[in-house]
Amino acid sequence: MAALTSQEARAIMEKALHFSKAEACEVNINANAGGNIRFARNTVNTAGATEDKQLVVQSFFGQRSGTVTLNEFDDAAIERGVRRSEELAHLAPEDEELVHPLGPQHYVDSPAFFDNVANIAPDYRTQVAANSITPAKAKDCTAAGFLQDGSQWQAMQNTAGLFAYSRQTGANFSITVRTNDGTGSGYATRECNDLSKFDVEAASRIAIEKAAASRNARAIEPGKYTVILEPEAGINLLANLIFNLDTRAADEGRSFLAKAGGGTKKGEKLVDERVHVWSDPAHPDVPTSPWQGDGRAYEKTDWVAGGAVQNTYVSRFWAQKKGIKATPFPPNLIMDGGTASTEELIRDTAKGVLVTRTWYIRSVDPQTVLVTGLTRDGTFYIENGQIKYAIKNFRFNESPIIMLNNLDAIGKQQRVSGSDAGITTLMPVLRIRDFNFTSLSDAV
Amino acid sequence: MERRDFINLGGATVGALWVPVWGRRVDGFWGSLTPVPVADKKALADVALNAARQKGATYADIRIGRYLNQFISARDTKVQNVTNTESYGCGIRVIASGTWGFASTNDVTPDGVARAASQAVAIAKANSRLQTEPVQLAAEPGHGEVTWKTPIKKNAFEVPISEKADVLLAASNAALQNGANFVNSLLFLVNEQKYFASTDGSYIDQDIHRIWPTFVVTSVNTQTGKFETRNALSAPRGMGYEYMDIVAAEKFAGPAGLGTITYRDAYDMVEDAKLAAIQAKAKHTAKSVEAGKYDLVLDPSNLWLTTHESVGHPLELDRVLGYEANYAGTSFATLDKWRTHSFNYGSPQVTLFADKTQSGALGTVGYDDEGVKCKRWDLVKNGILVNYQAIRDQVHVIGQTASHGCCYADSWSDVQFQRMPNVSLEPGTKQLTPEQLIGAVDKGIYIVGDSSYSIDQQRYNFQFSGQLFFEIQGGKIVGPLRDVAYQSNTQEFWNSCVAICDQRDYRLGGSFFDGKGQPGQISAVSHGTATSQFNGVNVINTARKL
Repeated sequence: MAALTSQEARAIMEKALHFSKAEACEVNINANAGGNIRFARNTVNTAGATEDKQLVVQSFFGQRSGTVTLNEFDDAAIERGVRRSEELAHLAPEDEELVHPLGPQHYVDSPAFFDNVANIAPDYRTQVAANSITPAKAKDCTAAGFLQDGSQWQAMQNTAGLFAYSRQTGANFSITVRTNDGTGSGYATRECNDLSKFDVEAASRIAIEKAAASRNARAIEPGKYTVILEPEAGINLLANLIFNLDTRAADEGRSFLAKAGGGTKKGEKLVDERVHVWSDPAHPDVPTSPWQGDGRAYEKTDWVAGGAVQNTYVSRFWAQKKGIKATPFPPNLIMDGGTASTEELIRDTAKGVLVTRTWYIRSVDPQTVLVTGLTRDGTFYIENGQIKYAIKNFRFNESPIIMLNNLDAIGKQQRVSGSDAGITTLMPVLRIRDFNFTSLSDAV
Repeated sequence: MERRDFINLGGATVGALWVPVWGRRVDGFWGSLTPVPVADKKALADVALNAARQKGATYADIRIGRYLNQFISARDTKVQNVTNTESYGCGIRVIASGTWGFASTNDVTPDGVARAASQAVAIAKANSRLQTEPVQLAAEPGHGEVTWKTPIKKNAFEVPISEKADVLLAASNAALQNGANFVNSLLFLVNEQKYFASTDGSYIDQDIHRIWPTFVVTSVNTQTGKFETRNALSAPRGMGYEYMDIVAAEKFAGPAGLGTITYRDAYDMVEDAKLAAIQAKAKHTAKSVEAGKYDLVLDPSNLWLTTHESVGHPLELDRVLGYEANYAGTSFATLDKWRTHSFNYGSPQVTLFADKTQSGALGTVGYDDEGVKCKRWDLVKNGILVNYQAIRDQVHVIGQTASHGCCYADSWSDVQFQRMPNVSLEPGTKQLTPEQLIGAVDKGIYIVGDSSYSIDQQRYNFQFSGQLFFEIQGGKIVGPLRDVAYQSNTQEFWNSCVAICDQRDYRLGGSFFDGKGQPGQISAVSHGTATSQFNGVNVINTARKL
């Protein structure tokens, strides 16, 4: 599919707004194109290409609104869509929390689109699969993995004068390598906007190394251990803290931020003061769209700094009601890192556990953000600055707030999304004291 | 399923209900409730199948699907959202050069389907270069022109939105009047109009319906800064709007004095919301559990999820074989264990069966998405692992000649693959009620409703919680508990099963949004159980202080 340019998007949206007879009207265009390949058992299972383009029209009359989506772009179809959204708005129940379209906004420039990803061809995907399978086979291992890549274009325009356009590319690769004796497993991921930063061969090499190193794991007693959480392991816990920073939930008393007697703990020290977690749509390593789907601008935002929650995200309705800034949900996360590599943190650890991946994390108690989950694909016992041997996986019950209170050291960052978290993050390796493992798992 | 694929319809972070978004949003189902005429679909299917054969396919199937969804959400006393989505198109799957190929299109015209068929063959031929084992497809007779429809009594899509919204608001009001501070409620409706045709000679037209009413009630204590929630005890079902009828015979009052009510084939949402408000408030003062070993008495509203995670998933043959290694994981229930014919998955009381024909269940259809007539079969018989869940191209691996009929795709645009059928625990053969069962427990916990759940990638170690917990001492319930989660190992857990109530107590629970595959697909599946007892299970206390 040809790219959607700003001019093309504007022409379509102006046409839709021209047809509008509503009190207010807002139009979005979302388009994407890309492909994927999946392999397992050392062979390719599925490969495909997808593309889509949709026009969304929302019409407003007082506290009523109607939305339609269409994928036809001729004049008659657009006018029909606008009329239908107006009909639906008249039929809809009144929504007290409905907010009308935003006026013009200022957006930052975000370097998120790269031709080298947009132009990925099927041959490239096949080669990635082959480059993973061949070295895995050579080491008596079996590889399973998934690569998806593509481009996204978004545009919006409304009768309040707002116009927005952005485009991004992205590629995401994950690989699990299992030793053929069934006793070892390794995992690695890579993701990027710019293919020149996409080292999938390194991911495959790491997954193979971890699979071999994690063979014949020994059982050690569950309990509290110093742990080194690699970025892929730490993000799934950190995300649970950030995803609980909803302003309204805190104000209504149904969040860990709720305070006895009323009010919230925003601004109070909750975790180690070295913890700094923020978002920036224009960060060169994790660039995103500079605006949210409702037109709000993403800005550089501190979520946790100096050990305290600094900002919380909020709906436009709740922001208006409370007279506060309408901070949108984080588009990405950056946790400040240090200079130490995982190996250097290990060398500096007397006794502990290296966790390379966490898995199946679910909330247990939202009051304390307690979550449970497991280690997976390579867990190792550390003694006197060295990895001594692979150990069996653990289940943990831990709160990211308690975890970040027990922060011991922060190392280098890596871009990850986390298999449970699903948010693009620049995440450092962390060393944590007294991490709470509650039982053993036999899973490999 | 990745979090980014979901929208938050609950509106609050805590207890929020995240639902996947699929299909395109539409403002109404103009004409969509009347399916496309079967004759038109058959003509299109023949075009696609002939095109595939002409291009060199040795097998081809086409799924022409219209997928309708409706979500209605309410927050406290206001309806917040009515969302309709509709998606229409077709997916064509072929075998050429011994390899699968797939292509999909929303251009459901003779030219469009022929083009997609041709593309599917081209993809199959291209992929055959990397194929190491040619596809072996188990034989399936052609079924001719047949139809199947979920036996609904009321089409929920035909019920006025105002009537459905009124139920949500009545539930909210009932909860708020009984002490709740907040209520988020939702009604999900699904209608899959699916047409399948294959070169085996099947032309199968199906009309499938599902429904799920649910809510989260929150009680806040501003003095302590604490909050408690209680979720709905409804189950998503393969039924029409008759599930929302109030039927006294379908209600199950819990043991005397507890004030709990659970539901079978009809759900009283307003009554459940009222009880939820009372029970959420009571959680603030419940006793915090002392960690240790307990005999657990699990209501079907809790045990369905444990069954789903610790039986349903590990017995998916594609997981066992390694096809899901990079996402959902593999399985402890390996072929070598199955081949012994003596692997003790559970105690002799435990028989677990798969059944795609079970009335009112989410996964129940007439034929699966590769034209196999659906059936029932045993997975664990009297405690012994006896079978898996397999589809046409896998079943030869376990030495069988007929597919189990559990192939599914969540849309026309995605390729079908093995998905979990309804997997259920056979009720006990001796007359036994939950009260009698509790009466025989010395130190235990009675658990109602599902909550937090987590299990490892080979399905050994799990942890589950619940909505309501009651302490049992000397055969009597002595009071409510809180902060309870149970941890176990799948094989240990099912071997600790000592008693299962009889058929009278059997009820379905289920998952509307079970995720699997890359790119991710969802499916809906039910699990039937009767109240059951598991002895000596490890219980942890989940309370923490920040």
